[in-house]
Formats: sequence, structure tokens, C-alpha cells
Amino acid sequence: MAAYIARRLLAAIPVLFGLTIIVFLIMAMIPGDPATAILGSYATPENVARLNRELGLDKTLFEQYVIWIGNLFQGDLGRSYTLNRPVLDEVLERFSATLILAGTSLVLCSVFGLLAGIVSAVRQYGWADKIITLLVLVGISTPSFWLGLILILIFAVNLRLFPASGMYAIYGGSDLPDLIHHLTLPALTLSVVATGVIARLTRTAMLEVLRQDYIRTARAKGLSERKVIYKHAFKSALVGVVPVIGIQAGFVIGGAVYIETVFQWPGIGSMLVTAISTRDLLLVQGGVLVVAAAYVLFNLFADVVQTLLDPRLR
Amino acid sequence: MTDTTQTVEMKPKRTSARPGTLALLLNNSLATGGLIVLVAICLIALAAPLLPLADPDVTAPVDRLQPVFSDGHLLGTDHLGRDLLSRLIWGTRVSLAVGLSATVIAAFFGSLLGLVAGYAGGRVDTLIMRGIDMVMAFPYILLALAIVAVLGPGLLNALYAIALVNIPFFARNIRGITLGLSRREFVDAARLSGKSPAQILFLEILPNVLPVIVITMSTTVGWMILETAGLSFLGLGAQPPQADLGSMLGEGRKILFTAPHVSVIPGLMIFALVMSINLFGDGVRDVLDPRLRAGSLTRPVARTAVERGDAPVPPPSGKGGVLDVRDMRTEFEIGGSVYKAVGGVDLTLAAGECLGIVGESGSGKSVTAMSIMGLVPTPPGRIAGGAAYLDGEDLFAVSDRRIRKLRGSAVAYVFQDPLSTLHPLFTVGDQLREAIGTHQPLSAAEVKARAIELLSLVRIPNAKERLSAYPHELSGGMRQRVCIAMALANDAKVLIADEPTTALDVTVQSQILTLMNGLRRDRNAAILFITHDFGVVSAICDRVAVMYAGRIVETGRTNEVLASPQHPYTAKLIECVPVLGEPERRLDAIEGRPPVVNNLPDGCAFADRCGRVRPECRSGEIALVISREDRGVRCLYPLNTEGAA
Amino acid sequence: MNELHAGKSGGDTLLDIENVERIFGGGRKLFGGKMPAVHAVQGLTLNVRRGETLGVVGESGCGKSTLARLVVGLDLPTAGTITFDGEDLTALARRNRNALARKVQYVFQDPVASLNPRKTIRTILEAPLKHLTDLDARGRERRLEELLEAVNLAPEFLERYPHEFSGGQAQRIGIARALAAGPELIVLDEPVSALDVSVQAQVLNLLDALKEKFGLTYIFISHDLSVVESVSNRVAVMYFGRMAELGPAKEIFKHPLHPYTDLLMRSAPAPGRHDLLSEDAAAELPDPYNPPPGCAFAARCPRKSDLCLSARPAPDAARGQDENHFAACHHPLPRA
Repeated sequence: MAAYIARRLLAAIPVLFGLTIIVFLIMAMIPGDPATAILGSYATPENVARLNRELGLDKTLFEQYVIWIGNLFQGDLGRSYTLNRPVLDEVLERFSATLILAGTSLVLCSVFGLLAGIVSAVRQYGWADKIITLLVLVGISTPSFWLGLILILIFAVNLRLFPASGMYAIYGGSDLPDLIHHLTLPALTLSVVATGVIARLTRTAMLEVLRQDYIRTARAKGLSERKVIYKHAFKSALVGVVPVIGIQAGFVIGGAVYIETVFQWPGIGSMLVTAISTRDLLLVQGGVLVVAAAYVLFNLFADVVQTLLDPRLR
Repeated sequence: MTDTTQTVEMKPKRTSARPGTLALLLNNSLATGGLIVLVAICLIALAAPLLPLADPDVTAPVDRLQPVFSDGHLLGTDHLGRDLLSRLIWGTRVSLAVGLSATVIAAFFGSLLGLVAGYAGGRVDTLIMRGIDMVMAFPYILLALAIVAVLGPGLLNALYAIALVNIPFFARNIRGITLGLSRREFVDAARLSGKSPAQILFLEILPNVLPVIVITMSTTVGWMILETAGLSFLGLGAQPPQADLGSMLGEGRKILFTAPHVSVIPGLMIFALVMSINLFGDGVRDVLDPRLRAGSLTRPVARTAVERGDAPVPPPSGKGGVLDVRDMRTEFEIGGSVYKAVGGVDLTLAAGECLGIVGESGSGKSVTAMSIMGLVPTPPGRIAGGAAYLDGEDLFAVSDRRIRKLRGSAVAYVFQDPLSTLHPLFTVGDQLREAIGTHQPLSAAEVKARAIELLSLVRIPNAKERLSAYPHELSGGMRQRVCIAMALANDAKVLIADEPTTALDVTVQSQILTLMNGLRRDRNAAILFITHDFGVVSAICDRVAVMYAGRIVETGRTNEVLASPQHPYTAKLIECVPVLGEPERRLDAIEGRPPVVNNLPDGCAFADRCGRVRPECRSGEIALVISREDRGVRCLYPLNTEGAA
Repeated sequence: MNELHAGKSGGDTLLDIENVERIFGGGRKLFGGKMPAVHAVQGLTLNVRRGETLGVVGESGCGKSTLARLVVGLDLPTAGTITFDGEDLTALARRNRNALARKVQYVFQDPVASLNPRKTIRTILEAPLKHLTDLDARGRERRLEELLEAVNLAPEFLERYPHEFSGGQAQRIGIARALAAGPELIVLDEPVSALDVSVQAQVLNLLDALKEKFGLTYIFISHDLSVVESVSNRVAVMYFGRMAELGPAKEIFKHPLHPYTDLLMRSAPAPGRHDLLSEDAAAELPDPYNPPPGCAFAARCPRKSDLCLSARPAPDAARGQDENHFAACHHPLPRA
């Protein structure tokens, strides 16, 4: 098993390298001249040329990449010109906020999604199944950014139960209860779609597994229905659901972009949106890179969990 | 002339066997509802230029933020005084167009990549899929954001971004399907028919992949509309003054507290649109996915439903074996027609005896075996009559709790394919220990000792080490030994073996048969042995019952039935199998096919294929005539009776 | 006679397989390291005479299906040569697949899976006529009728889809497709094992009649000894990717030389037979990734000696009374 994990970790290295290449190329493909963008359109050609030299833009693409990746290894992702601070500092600070939000949502959607899926499958065509199926459909059809607005209207504006925005109260509070208070609405909003997807998939996976021959064997052995469903069937279904949870992590992180904008959560998503509109490309580059790397690592984790569950994959 | 009659005859048959796609779709009320809403939205959006709407982009600061239902503005106005209804309809038009185009682009390129990768395999596959993996390594929306960052905000750029990030999704899905299909035999057959690789890919494989592409499109188009709306909401998609639903929502957000309707309305529209697409898409998926169409995703319950109705439950026969099945009937209700898989079967099994049930596929032999302990899947199966007595106790009448107690202890099963009947994720030891622990109150150590003992009993070398092996690590013969060990775990009185050696090689088959024969002698267990092979019957069974179209047509001691079969079917069945050492024997084939059990003919089910058929054979009920002890035949004009019957 | 020519004999040879080997896997991984290799077929030498039926028997994993795919050119050997009617079949398969398909055809094990579910029978049967023959539309139509008649199917079946057919009917269609382009050799890969016994006999009789009618040569692959015996002129017994025994059907089944052939015969259940031979221990195939140096059957063999464990017997190590009867065995069974 340890050997397997080591193998997987090794295999992740080329993927991470690939990521850096894609991110680098995307940024290199940007039309227009960064120097002009920084200096403004009234800059003299000499100034532009000097800045290009300073930014290393007069070198070949490959040389630029080597320099860039070299800096990356030293933790230097460049400087954000709008914020005037190192990109890495800003990205890491923002990323931790996103991690709290997305992590909570991921836990919520996994727990609720799996539960709903199992109940739905076990009570197939019953009332619980019908209600869950409908809720799931509503969930995956609702734009999360709109749902966020509606929740703000109801719970923050009208009922005043939860704050409408931010991560901590502006004055005082930076403790856990305050965080949870602020986290509740955005985390719930963010988890809705993924819950729906996971619930749907769990239901299908359970139904498929429950038709397998080995379930009949389990019943022929005289096992209780509880054991048949929660031990034999659920374990098999989980093998199919775990990679989807991995993929959903990507959707949750992506969805965080909207939710952070709606709830003004100081995460990396809202940072990216601002950075794109202000064309702060180094900031975009750093943000995308860090999030993508985290996602790769999370999927690696999901892979390992799946392999732990299924000996045939070893 | 003949041609026309044939087509006329065939057509109604085909429609009844397989209802049209549209008819199936309309059967699903949710999908129909979704379709109606979707069509309505599309029609309105298409008709936008024809409708008497205000110009969506004309600002009128005087009329700003009019509420819903105000004069001249049914849905009110936004912060610039633009008519919301008009903007909504025009915005829907844009959102629909963008969502659909993105889906089509993603589906086209994704499917193409998937088809090529799946069919070509090897390096091409590796290259394409590594690229796809790379793209998928990015969280979905993040990549779209990065692309928009490069291309600059704008509706068209948002469309490209969304299409691009969805390509991997299609590519992966389609590749998997294509890979499976290109290993199918019909692809080899096409190759041998002289088709070129391109012809095979696009003429043989693509038609089979197309439904999957359609399903994937119908389930992703809603998602794509949501995503493009999302980019516009962030201000990265549609740019003012042009509006799609997302940008309307984005603008409305700034005045959420003062004029909520400006953002609530476009949100509702997105929801209605996406929901209707999803409902419809689910309907399409249900219709096009053959697994779902066959109703195969219905969950079978723990025990076969017993619906014996008012028919009297037959009493146990006087013979009183361990297992006594009386007039058992099992039916399947599929698509409105009832398949009488088992149509009144009587069996008695004495202690230590081995009774073989022989029949071809569809004869009802396996269903008979599964019915006894309620293992026939419900739905669609049900026990419609008769009784099965285990030591005088009617198994169809006892409680679920009781049947669970008997399953695996008094009556144990061995199934056909040992790979699929063992749970792939638990070790052999886990599964064996579970079988023991469920019925015997033993300590963990005792259970383990017993498990090792059982594995040695079925002659598995290194029993102790094998406990920690997973089923896939064992060979077919070893797996079947494990299954037998599991069946023996609680000293079963009756073993029901459903084609236990069919999936095995001949030499392994003979090992398993010898093992089972030895075990039943040692433990005095009765075996109900289901098989299609008279040779296997000879090797292990004391008595044999031959089944045809759900009923027993002949029964007797194995030697007698083989030496002098009385039912013409039995005789033919024995004759049509080649026998080792007699290569000169001409095979006497049975022409025709067995009847389908949802439409059994009156009289003898074998009449149409029988060389001795007479008019009387085709009417009335033909009884199983018991001539001597253990010997019975369901035939009006039996063979080899020497004038006795 | 040297080892290479052990499997050959005079007569009118149609297909000549010489020292053929097919290895799966064994490539190099991205980071050095060799991938494990499996020899599906190894050192195989045998020939097929014009007009005969050569039966190939063996259990799962013996390489018989690989052999079949090699002969029709669906797969290419990693070593050795296959010659068809004096022409290098492997080169032909590479150069001009259709030319090969005109001469050698294949009937699949699973009749339903071998028919594309989305094509009518007409489309399926027309494909070989279109691509492999130069018949015009009318000629094709006539040929279709002939084919259906040959396999006893009614002409109205042409417009139907595969799912409307039973296994036996589907297999007739598969046979008709193989016949379409008028091949000389047909490889039948377990053509009846997916069928019910009553239908099995129909198909076997049909194959017999067709062989007679069209002057065909068959390679008949099966795991079922009694079926092989009833159809074959000569029989090849395969074990673990190699030839165990080769000879005239009558000789092999009456006087087997190889203990494995004997085991197979005595394990096969037959009506009226009570005493199946059974090996005592749970004997099994050797690990394909780690094949033994000597005879692959030695671990299960009652007659094995030290020689069997260390040295692999040549394909013609043992000879029967018939000059065409060989076995790869150091200690063949005495003539009973």
C-alpha cells in the first residue's frame, strides 16, 4: 500500500509540471503587451523596451518558462501590481479562506449526498425517494449565485439570522463561533449542487450494486437486510462514488468563485474575479496555479481512498 | 404479394415489442412536463422579435425600478428604467443560444477525441487522454476563468471557455464507451468483412455511441447554461448593453436590498429553463439507456413476493423428504405481460439424496432453485402459487426473520459464476467468517478456526493464508471451492447448486463434482443440482427431473431416465449431444425453439417440436403421470413404456 | 525429421503454421522497468490440409483463441510464420487485409455480440459482399438469397435487427457472413458453446452440410472434447500456449499419448458415466508470468519425472503408431 501511495505521488509530479506549463502558456498567450498595460498607452517605446527587458519578456518562451519555474521553486510568483504585494502572500492568505469555505461545503455535500442517495435507493419509488429525487433536481437546476442572493434576502435581510457578507465581524470577533456564523450561508449555498450530484450518483450506484450476484449471495447466507445494504452494497457503491467526490471538489472550488463574490468572502475566487477585471495577470496566474495544485493533490487523495476500498485496483 | 403480407404481419409485432422512443418519453409525466415548459420558453424566445415588446436596451431613467405589475411594465423595470419583461425574453434568447452552442461545440470535439482515442488505443490514446487529464486537473470553472482572462471578457469568449472546459467531460465518457465497443466481437466481424478503420469507427461504432452522446448532451446542456450565466453574472460574459440572464442577475445584485425583483426574476427564469431541460434530459436518458429501459435498475427486495391469492396451498406430499416442493408457480411481470417461468413444479428431496434438474435456458430450472428460499428478484418476480416445505414448514408462509435464519444454515446455495457471486471487496476470510458468525454464536477465534477448517475441507491448500486473499486473487476453481465452503459453514441439510460447474474448465469441473459428491456422502446433505448437462447429472445425481417451458416433463432415477427416456423431449435432448468415443453417431437435432413462457400453447408445450405429436397433444392440461415410484412423465404417448402405462 | 517439421505431414497443405509465438505485454514502461509478458502462444507448429476439419481443444488460457485470431489476421504473431496456400499470411494481413479476408473467415463464439445491434441483417451480410467481392447490386441480392438459403433462414429475416433473433439463428447469420465472400478456410471459435444443447446440434449439422457443399476447410476450436471428436479429422490438444498432442482424431481419442489428453478425456462428463477421473490435489495451471522451465503440465502429471521438471519436451518427443500422431511428452502413455 505504501508503495502504491509513493507510486501515485510520483505520478502526480508530471501532472503538476504539466499544470505549470499550461498556466504559463495561457498567460503567455495573452494578446497585447504587458508592459504597455502596466505603463499605460502613453509610455515611450524606450520605457516599454526597458520594462520588457526587466520582465524578461525579450527572451524566448522557453527561457522565460525556465526563469519563471526557477522563481516558482523559490516561492516567488512575482508581485501584484494592483495590490503592490508579493503574489504568493496574497494567494496563500486568500486560499486559506477558500479552503475553509470549500472544505466545509465538501464535507456537507458528501455527508448529505451519500445519505440522501442511500435513503433514495433503499426506498426506491417510495415517498422519501420521490421527495429526494425532486429536491436533487431542484438543487442541480438552481444557479448557486442566485440561491445565495435569495438566502441573503431571507436570512440576512428579513430574518436577520445570519450576516450577509464577510468572514468575520468587522469589529471584535475573530473566533470560531463568529466564523461559523459567517460561514453557514455561503457553505450551505455552495454545497447544494454538489450534494445533488453526489446523491444522484449514490442512488444509481446503490441500485446497480443491489442487483449484483454477490448481493444475492449475501442474502442467501442469511444476512440481515441492514448488513446487506450498509456493509455489502454501500462499500461497493462507495468505490464508484469516491472519485466523483474528487471531481465535485473541483466544482466546489470553482463554485466558490461565485459564492465568494456574492457573500464577499475574502477567498481566492473573489480575488481572481477582481484580478481578471483589473488585468492583474500575475495574480491570476498565481491563484490559478495554487488552486489547481491543491485540486490535483485532493484527487490524489481520493484515488488513494478508492484504492484502499477496492483491492482489485492495487 | 407475399412480400406485402409479410410486412403487414411483421409491423404490429415490432411496435408492440418495442414502443417508440417518443411514446416512451411521453409516458414519463415529469419529462413531458419538462418538455412542455422547455418548448414554451424556446418558442417565446424565438418569437422575441415578433412580440410587442419594448426595446430591451432603451433606458428611461424616469421609469427606473418600477415594481412588478406596474403599468406598461408587467415585470417592472431595472435601475436604468429598461423593461424587465423585454430584457428577460431577449436575455433568455441569448442564454439559450450560448448554452446550446457551447454544448454542441463541446459534444462535437469531445466526442471526436473520445472516439479516436478509444478506437485507436495505444499511443494515440495515451497522448489524447494525458492531454485531457491535464485539462481536467484544473477545477472546472477556474479554467474557464483563466481562458476568459486571456481572451478578455465577452459573451463569445465565455462561450468558448465553457465549451472548452466541457470537452474533456465528453471525451472521457465517449472514450470509455468506444473502448468497450471496439473490443466487441462485431467490430472484429466488421474488420473481417473488409471495412476500413474509418468505416468501422464511423459506421459501426458511432451509431452505438450516438445515444450516449445524446444522453450526455441532454444532461449537460442545463449545466452549460448555468455556467455561462455564471460568467456573465461575474461580469466576464455578456457586456452591456447586451444582456443575458446572468448579466441581468449580476446587475440586479447591486440593488438587491432595494429592488429584489430585478435579480429574483432572471434567477427564476434560469431556474425554470435549467429545470425543464434537466427533467427532459432525464427522460431522454431513461429512454435511451437500455439498462434503464429494461427496468433493470429496479431494486430487488430481500425476499421474493408471495402472492398465492385464493388458490389453496397444497399440503405436503406423503413422502416427506427434507424438502418438499408442491405445485410451485413463479411468475415475472415485465412490461404488462406475465411470464410463467415456473408453472407448477413438484419436487421431493430426501436426506442425503442428490436430485438433478436438467433443462435448457429458459426452462425455469434456475428460477425453481431460487424460488425455494425467496431469492427470485422482486420486482419483477413473484411466487404465484404452491408451497415449499422444509421439514414440514411452509417456506412461503414463514416470516422474513425465519427465512433469514434458514438461509445459509438449513438451506445453502452454491451459484454459477464464482467470480460474481463473491463480494470483490471483502477477503475470502471475511466472507466465510460472516457466513459462520451469522448463524453460530462463536467467539472470533472459534469462527476463524472454523473458517480454516472449512477451507481445508474443500481442499484448498494453505487454508490459513488463503483467508486473507481476495476473490480476484484466486482461480475459478478455487473460488468455487470457497463458495462451497461457505455453503457448508452451518451444516446445511439442503444444498441448492445452480450450475456450479458451468463456468469452469472440464478438469476443474470434475474436481468440483468429485468434491461435492464426497461431501454429501460424508455429511448426509441433500443436493438440488441444477444443470443443462446430462453428463454432469450422470456423474453426481441419484434422480433427475427434466424441465421444459417451466414444468417438469419427466422424472426418475438417473440411470433409468438415461437408458430409457419416456418423454420425446428427454430422448431428443440426450440424442442431440455428442458423446465422447462415439464420433460416428449422427446428431439428431431438435428443430425449432422452445415456446416463450408468456404465451404458452394449450396442451403440451413441446408439441410443435415433437415428431410423435397427435391432435390430442394440443389441447387440455397434460398431467405428470407417475407410473412407478420415482418415475413420471408428462406425455400422452410416451416412449419406452413396454405397455406398462 | 527435425523439431520444426514435427507438425507437418504430406498431403495438400492449405495452412502452415511454423514456430509461431504471440507475446502480450513485455514492453518497456515510461520509467525503465520491463512490463510483465505473457506468452499466449509459443513454439506452435502445425498445418491444416485442404478439405479437412482440424479440431483444436484446450481449456481456458491454453492459447486456442489467440491461435484463431492469428490465423484470420486479427492479431499478428510476434515470431514465426504462417503460410496460407504458399503465401505469407502475416505479410498479407499487413499489406492487404481484404485479400486475406477473402480467403480466411471467422465465426465467433458469442453469436449475438458479433452482430452490430444497430444494423439490419441485410446491412450486416452485405458488408462483406460490398467490400470483398465485385458483385453489383443485383449480384449481391442474389448472393444474399443463396446465403440465407444455405443457412436455412427465411428471406424476411433480412430486414430485422439482431436482438430479434435467438442464439441459434444469430449464429446462422454469423456463418452466412463468414461464407459471403466465398472463403476457403473458416476458423470456428467455439461456435456452439454459447448455444443450448438442442440448438448446438442444429448448428453442427449445418456446418457439416456447408463444408460438403462449398468444399470448405475448417479449424474448429472448442473446449468440448466430444464436440471436437464428432466433427474433426485431426485434433490438436493445447496446454498453456503450446501444443500437447497432435494427431488423427480417431488415434488421439483411442490411444492418447499425452497424460493431459487422457486427463481431459476422463474428466469429461458423459451421460451414463459415473466415475469421473479427478486429480487429488487442487491442481491448476502454472503462473503465466512465471512459467516453469520444464513441461507446463508436470505439476499435475502422474507420470512426471525429474526430466519433465527440468527439460521441456519437444513437440514430437513422443510418437504414436500413426505417422502423423505426436505428443510433447517425455513419458507418453503406453498403448492400452
